[in-house]
Amino acid sequence: RYAFPPGGGSEALLGGGACWRRGWGSAHCRAMFRFTQKKCGLSEFGGRFTLLFNAWRKHTQPTAAVLPSRSLIPVRKANFRGLSLPDNPSLRGLYSRTPKADVQVMAGEELPGVLILDVGGTHGVLENLVALLKKHFHVITLKEFRENKEEMRKKIQSVFVFENRPTIDRELLESLPNLKVIGNSGVGVDHLDLKMISNFGVKVTNTPHAVADSTADIGMALMLASARRLVEGCQIAVSPDTKYFAVNWLGVEVTKATLGIIGMGNIGYKVAQRAKAFDMRILYHNRNRRKEEEEAVGAHYCEKMEDLLQQSDFVMLVVNLTPETHKLIGKKELGLMKPTATLINISRGAIVDQDALVEALQNKVIRAAALDVTYPEPLPRDHPFLKLNNIIITPHIGTATVQAIRMMTEEAIANILAVLNGKPIPSEVFPK
Amino acid sequence: MEGQELPYVLIDSIGGKHGVYEDHLEFLKKHFQLITMKEYLENKKFLSENIRAVYMWYHKPVINEGLLQSLPNLKVVASSGVGIDHLDLKLLSSYGVKVSNTPFAVSTDTADFGMALMLASSRRLVEGYQMAVSPNTEYSPADCLGAEVSGATLGIVGMGTIGYKVAERAKAFEMKILYHNRNQRNKEEESAVGAIYCKKIDDLLQQSDFVLLSVSLTPQTHKLIGKRELELMKPTATLINISRGLVVDQDALVEALQNKVIKAAALDVTHPEPLPRDHPLLNMKNVIITPHMASATKKTRRLMMENMTESIEAGLRGLPIPNEVLL
Repeated sequence: RYAFPPGGGSEALLGGGACWRRGWGSAHCRAMFRFTQKKCGLSEFGGRFTLLFNAWRKHTQPTAAVLPSRSLIPVRKANFRGLSLPDNPSLRGLYSRTPKADVQVMAGEELPGVLILDVGGTHGVLENLVALLKKHFHVITLKEFRENKEEMRKKIQSVFVFENRPTIDRELLESLPNLKVIGNSGVGVDHLDLKMISNFGVKVTNTPHAVADSTADIGMALMLASARRLVEGCQIAVSPDTKYFAVNWLGVEVTKATLGIIGMGNIGYKVAQRAKAFDMRILYHNRNRRKEEEEAVGAHYCEKMEDLLQQSDFVMLVVNLTPETHKLIGKKELGLMKPTATLINISRGAIVDQDALVEALQNKVIRAAALDVTYPEPLPRDHPFLKLNNIIITPHIGTATVQAIRMMTEEAIANILAVLNGKPIPSEVFPK
Repeated sequence: MEGQELPYVLIDSIGGKHGVYEDHLEFLKKHFQLITMKEYLENKKFLSENIRAVYMWYHKPVINEGLLQSLPNLKVVASSGVGIDHLDLKLLSSYGVKVSNTPFAVSTDTADFGMALMLASSRRLVEGYQMAVSPNTEYSPADCLGAEVSGATLGIVGMGTIGYKVAERAKAFEMKILYHNRNQRNKEEESAVGAIYCKKIDDLLQQSDFVLLSVSLTPQTHKLIGKRELELMKPTATLINISRGLVVDQDALVEALQNKVIKAAALDVTHPEPLPRDHPLLNMKNVIITPHMASATKKTRRLMMENMTESIEAGLRGLPIPNEVLL
C-alpha cells in the first residue's frame, strides 16, 4: 500500500518524509523513521530528525528517478481560504493580500512545477506575478522545458496560462505525463480545447471572480466615452488646428437612457449595478432568468433578444464565447437596433459579425460602437474599423489594472493548488 | 401694451460654431422676437428701446456697461449653464437687471462626464485607443496597465448638486467617498451615498485616489488647488476638474505632473479655453483634456434653452424668476 520508490536509503527518507506530510499516524511515521534510521545510519528520531534531514538534503541531489511517484508527491500545505469563494459575496478582501505563508514545506521537497510561457518580455508573465508563482511553484518557462525536456517533463504538474499563452496543443499535453491542471488567468476559455484537454485527464480552471469588477468598469468606461464622444473631444482639445471650441458639438446622454445587457452573469450583473446609479433603464437577455437579481437592480428580463435590441440606447455584450454565441450579433440584430444606439463589446470579438458591423457603422444603421475585443487582436492595420470615426477600440484592457492582474494570478494559484491537493476546486471549467 | 407682439430678445447669432442652435429656433420663436447682434447694430435706434431681455448662449453676447447703457428697457439676462463667473453681477444689479442660469439642467450630464473622465483616465482609455489604431501593433498588456476605479477612494471637493450626483454614481462602483464642502450635508444625504465629510480639505487630499473638483468659481475658490494642495495628494492620485480652469493653479499643476507629484489629471476645463497650442498640458501622456463638453448633449442643451425661455418670460411678466441668480 505504501509504495516507495525503488532504492531504499535516502529515498526511503524522502518517502518517510512524505508519509509525515500526508499526515499519517505518528506510529506509522515512527516505524518509517526507524526503518530510515537503520537504512541511513541516522542516530536519532524526533527533534534531531529535521536537522539530519536538512543535512541529508544539502548533500544529496535527488534525481528524477528518485522522486516519489505521483501519489506521494509532497505538496505545500497552504491555507486555502480561497475555497470558500462560491459563498463569499465580497472577494475583494480575499485577494487583496498575498496568500499567507502558512505553508509547511518539508526541506528537500520540491515545489510542484508550473509551466509558463516566459518571464517578462512581450507576451510573458509579468515579473511581479512570477514572484507570486514562485512562492508556491517551481516555475519553468517553455524555453527551459524545451532545453531540458527529460528532466522537466515530469516536474510539470500545472500550466499557468497568461494572456492565452502558452498554447495548449496535443503535442504539449502528450509531453507532460504529470500534468494535472491548466490554470487560466482570466475567465474566458475559448482559446482552450476543453474536450481534448479533458481526454488527457487534465482539469481546467479559470478566474471568474478576479475579473468581474474591472471588466464591468471598462464596460461603463466605454459606454460613457462613446456616448459623450470623449476620445474625439480629446483630439479636438489638443489638435494644432483648434482655435476655439464649438458649442454645437454634442454627444448623447447616458443618465436615464436604456441599457440592454446581453449576458447577465457575474460581470453583467456588476454592470447593471453601476448602470442603476446612472438612473438607466436596464433590460437584460440571458439563458436563464435571474429573478432575485432583477429586483436588486431594477432590471427587466427580455426573453427574446429582439425585444432588447429594439428598445435599447446602449447594447452591451457580456456573454462568453461558445458555439451558441458565435456571431450572435449580425446584420439582422444590428438592423433591429435603434439608429441612435451604441454597441459595446467587452466579451469576445467573435461574438460580433465584424463585417456586418462595419457596414452598419458606415451606413449609420447604428450610431456608434465601442469594442474592447476584436478578432483578431490586434486588427490588421488596413481593417475598415480603423477608418471609421464612430468607433472606439481599446486593446483588450478589460482586466488591465495592477489590482486585477494580481488578483487573477492569486485566483489561478488557488485553483491550481486545490487541484494538486485534491481539494474542492473553486472555479473548474468543464467541456460541454 | 404692445398687444400680441412677442418681446424682443437679443442673441449673439444663429447657427455655426457659437450661435443659438438652429433646431431650437422653432421653440424660441414661439416666445420671442429674436434679434441678432448684427441686426441690432444695424437698427440701434429702434431696437435699443425695445430689447427687454438677453439670451446669453455660451457667454455671448458679451454684456458690458456700454451695452447696458444703450438698452434702457433691459430687464432679464438668461445665461446658459450653471457658471456665472463670466458675469459682472454687481454691474447688472446696478442697472436693475435680473440674472438667471441653468443649474439643474446641466447637473446630471456634468456628473456623468466627471465619471467618464475618471474612468477614462484611470483605465488609460485614450492611450489604449491610440495603441489599438496606431500603425505599430507591437504592444503588450504591461504597456497599458491602469488602476482600478472600483473600490478606490474618491474625494469630492464641492458637494453641491453636481458633486452629489457624482457621489451617487461612484457609490455603485463601491468607491469610498470623502467630500469637502462649505457646509456639511445632513445625515440622510451623507448616508444615502456613504460619503464622509472632511472639514479640512487636507484630509481629503491625503486620502483620495481621485480628487474631483465640482465647486463654482468664486474669489474663495480661485486657485483652490495649488502647489501645497497638490503636494498633499498621493503620488498615485488623479485630479479631475469639471468646475472652472481657474479653480486650479495651472502652472503648479504642470509642475506637479512633470515631477510625478501626482499621477495624472483629467480636465474638462482650463484657463483659457482653448489652451495655447504650445501649452505643456497638451503634450503630457498622463493628462486628458476635453473641450468643456460636460453638458454637451442634445437633450440637456434643449432643456437649458427651455429653462432660459421660462426665466425670461417670468422676468418680463414681473413674476418670480426660476433659477434666478442672486447677488
